[in-house]
Amino acid sequence: MSSRSRSVLRRAFLVTGLGVLAIPFVVPTVWMVAASVKPLPEIFKSPPSLWTSDPTLSAYREAFSFQPFARQYANSVYIAVLVTVITLLVSSLAGYAFARIRFPGANALFLVVLVGLLVPSEVTIVPLFQMFKRAGMINTHWPLILVTALAGPCVLATFIMRQFFIALPAELEEAGRLDGLGRPALWWRIFLPLAKPALSAVAILTFLTSWNLYLEPTVYLTSPELFTLPQALTRFTDSYGADMWNTQLAAATMTVLPVLIVFVVAQRQFVEGLAHSGLK
Amino acid sequence: MAALMKTPATTPDASRVPTGARSASAPPFWTSRRRDVLAGYLFIAPQLAGVVLFVLIPVGLAIWYSLSDWNVFTGEQTFVGTDNYAALADDPQLPSVLWATAVFCVGVVILNIGLGLLLAVLLNRRFRGATFFRTLFFSPVVVSVVAWTLVWGFLLQDNGGVNGLLGTVGITGPNWLQHGDTAMVSVIITQVIRSVGVNMVLFLAALQGVPSNLYEAARIDGAGSRVMFTRITLPLISPTVLLTSIITIVGALQSFAQIAVLTSGGPELSTTVLVYYVFQQAFEFNHIGYGSTLALMLLSFVMLLTLLQWQLRRKWVFHEQ
Repeated sequence: MSSRSRSVLRRAFLVTGLGVLAIPFVVPTVWMVAASVKPLPEIFKSPPSLWTSDPTLSAYREAFSFQPFARQYANSVYIAVLVTVITLLVSSLAGYAFARIRFPGANALFLVVLVGLLVPSEVTIVPLFQMFKRAGMINTHWPLILVTALAGPCVLATFIMRQFFIALPAELEEAGRLDGLGRPALWWRIFLPLAKPALSAVAILTFLTSWNLYLEPTVYLTSPELFTLPQALTRFTDSYGADMWNTQLAAATMTVLPVLIVFVVAQRQFVEGLAHSGLK
Repeated sequence: MAALMKTPATTPDASRVPTGARSASAPPFWTSRRRDVLAGYLFIAPQLAGVVLFVLIPVGLAIWYSLSDWNVFTGEQTFVGTDNYAALADDPQLPSVLWATAVFCVGVVILNIGLGLLLAVLLNRRFRGATFFRTLFFSPVVVSVVAWTLVWGFLLQDNGGVNGLLGTVGITGPNWLQHGDTAMVSVIITQVIRSVGVNMVLFLAALQGVPSNLYEAARIDGAGSRVMFTRITLPLISPTVLLTSIITIVGALQSFAQIAVLTSGGPELSTTVLVYYVFQQAFEFNHIGYGSTLALMLLSFVMLLTLLQWQLRRKWVFHEQ
């Protein structure tokens, strides 16, 4: 066998192997979308199939009538957007100051902030629940917004922003100073525009964290019209406690698909942003 | 030094430049240095306040709660010293919970690192479709945990897709979520498939950092690809592998949603890991004191691992440079 045909064969093996490995990564999502348009009895048909001859959108209609799903969707969107915007501001300000401004106690205060990276939210939720209860904020969106936007992913964001700003040349400040810019203007007009890659990484990381939050809404919220999407997804059970399979899948599809589409379009930013979450 | 060489007429000394008739004689209080310090404090204030309010104070409160017995219905809180810590030793469920936590973490870390490394090595070659496959393997990372787990919950039903698929090749699959062992296998595998994409990307970056001249030299010496992998690739990326392993364990210690949605800790206690047990004690059984003690136990595991990871990273990052 010539070396050329051997490398072709090798490549075929590689692609086939990867294709098989990819099945559990791809099929659940594809199956979720496919099953959401199937009539209920077809979902558990054996052998499983992705195809239906009789597609229907009734599960989608049901998702909106069974729960205030549109409202829950809006809750998730507005909370995630708000949290992302606040995090971008707070983390870029703090990251800039820790990286570029010399002030007494900066190192000690940075260590204090880093403690926020050490403590998982699953540990603080018990006392936080009591604190928010005392503040009268149980069954409101405040805990979800405040804690996510100022602690949690925001601390990681501050860390990412600091690492980014610290690598920029010192001449930037000198040039800005000559133009008479103060610190706020330096941050806003010179450093933020340069930080677009880091900011988009932070935005993706924060948005997804907020969008996927499950423990917090489960603990803080009790009224269905205040629920966020992940929490709402688990509540599609009929009055006998049985899962409403296809309605649940339709709601899950509506939760997942928009994010997945944005991911495919902007995948490089996503991969970079989320790889940061594993870096700490 | 530089100031000495400048002629007084051209010295751009900020404190001497008159900013108004008022400050013509005395130097103004707000020198650019003072303004800088103020800006520094103001810029970090929101972040610092967030950490103090939502991390430090809660940890302090958790310690306080762990030293008290709390009746949530009457609101009565009594100091009990180390009673809750002593209760850890008497809790008949805790050994099972810790065992489940260990099995879950070890299972996740072995599969996650192994699979992540395999995918990274396969995708590190140049071939058409490499980017496409990278996208596929990474895609579950952006899928909502709850949605992902719900779908797997369907597929793992007795009459669900996984057993249907196994049936087509003549295997009768178990009722995955109804037996302790297979339920544990299920939560581990669904967790790994959802999150391995991040490790794959980190390993890909590490692989690309291995200098290619090392491989060329090895090839000249007649080394095969297996030898090159074990003698060059693995040693050079081993810091990344170890750091990623620690991060993966820390992530596994915090996996709440997967378990809550897929098995609710069951059947019986088989998939009740520590983080889920904390939630149950504090929010289902209203044992605030004991729940806080368990939460602090979780915190100590996470902190130890994270500090270890930071220490190793510092050592290696310096080493690399």
